[in-house]
Amino acid sequence: MKKLDRNQIAARVARDIPEGAYVNLGIGLPTLVANHIPKGREIILHSENGVLGIGPRPAPGQEDEDLINAGKEPVTLLPGGSYFHHSDSFGMIRGGHIDFCVLGAFQVSAAGDLANWHTGESDAIPAVGGAMDLAAGAKKVLVMMEHVTKSGGSKIVERCSYPLTGVACVNRIYTDLAVIDVRPDGLHVVEMVDGLSFEELQRLTGAPLKLGTAAAKAA
Amino acid sequence: MISKILATPEAALADIHDGATIMIGGFGNAGMPAQLIDALIGQGARQLTIVNNNAGNGDTGLAALIKARRVKKMICSFPRQADSWHFDGQYRAGEIELELVPQGTLAERIRAAGAGIGAFFTPTAYGTRLAEGKETRRIGGRDYVLEYPIHADYALIKADRADRWGNLVYRKTARNFGPIMASAARCTVAQVREVVELGALGPEEIVTPGIFVQRVVRVPASASLDKAA
Repeated sequence: MKKLDRNQIAARVARDIPEGAYVNLGIGLPTLVANHIPKGREIILHSENGVLGIGPRPAPGQEDEDLINAGKEPVTLLPGGSYFHHSDSFGMIRGGHIDFCVLGAFQVSAAGDLANWHTGESDAIPAVGGAMDLAAGAKKVLVMMEHVTKSGGSKIVERCSYPLTGVACVNRIYTDLAVIDVRPDGLHVVEMVDGLSFEELQRLTGAPLKLGTAAAKAA
Repeated sequence: MISKILATPEAALADIHDGATIMIGGFGNAGMPAQLIDALIGQGARQLTIVNNNAGNGDTGLAALIKARRVKKMICSFPRQADSWHFDGQYRAGEIELELVPQGTLAERIRAAGAGIGAFFTPTAYGTRLAEGKETRRIGGRDYVLEYPIHADYALIKADRADRWGNLVYRKTARNFGPIMASAARCTVAQVREVVELGALGPEEIVTPGIFVQRVVRVPASASLDKAA
């Protein structure tokens, strides 16, 4: 089987984001999605610190400490971009104006519960940022993550053991092995990587999967 | 003649009392009023409750205020960072209190204070440990958590330009919490790069009207800002 690397997962996510969409990319892995938007497709990137219309990274030496994204990395602004204060920014999120957000995850449950902010360790310093607002407010919540942990445990689970970020909020999961939709009746496999059987994918996944029609055809 | 312009950061912060609740603007370093924070450290007020998105980076600004042991409690959304060692150490030692608030809820609680709202229901954090013990309600088939406003004695913010009435404009994403914190505090102090003549800021351009600002201090731009401008 050919597992996808991080950029391939990001490219797969980018394929599903249509022209004209307002999109928030979470800190870390999801920011890679911006590099894979197909040429000629216009999407508008939002960052919760108060900016719409984020462009590419600035050239070395062109960074501006007043123009950053939520990951506190220097960014640029496209023509048509705008700045606004935090309450407006989270009004865009909570008010359902952001079409897609892409988040990383520790765990996603069969019901679409998301755990991505806290490992639950007692000495860990908790930090949540905007994750709970994005989970509750974006029209579609897309999760992008490795299918299993470094020790081989499934990150897709019956019930999250880590503290929740949001309840029944995830719409679609993109991993290095598969694309899986979260629907009211459970987890539907949309795609699998080449050379992976449904049985093997199910063996690596900690919650029951259903084989969607498209994926079944391809298999 | 109205003039909210004060000569120095020290003069602008002279009356801050021990135990005050202080909002500090900024998201990371963008919009952080570094010279006002330095003046607050020098001023000496203790047992402060600080409202900021983070809990300090490195050894300067808010991190230095924490290092100086002036902060009793942090209200923030994202304290843990690679370089938040001063907060981390005091938190682990039980020497600083933390109220962790989702970022959008933090913003809305600040906005609510400035807008005279008594409380509000938000869907954010429903069903999570950050909503434990809070009142909830199902409205229109959706579950919400009741949240209360955060009022402050002072807000220390950074803007780009001001006039003597306290009207403010900001620079790029350094705007972040500035406008809402200005509205939520009894006394808002803005550090600005430039003070301009009344009328020089276009009325369509002013982001924070001076009604929300009590004191303005000009702090010359750093070299990096000059370069960027």
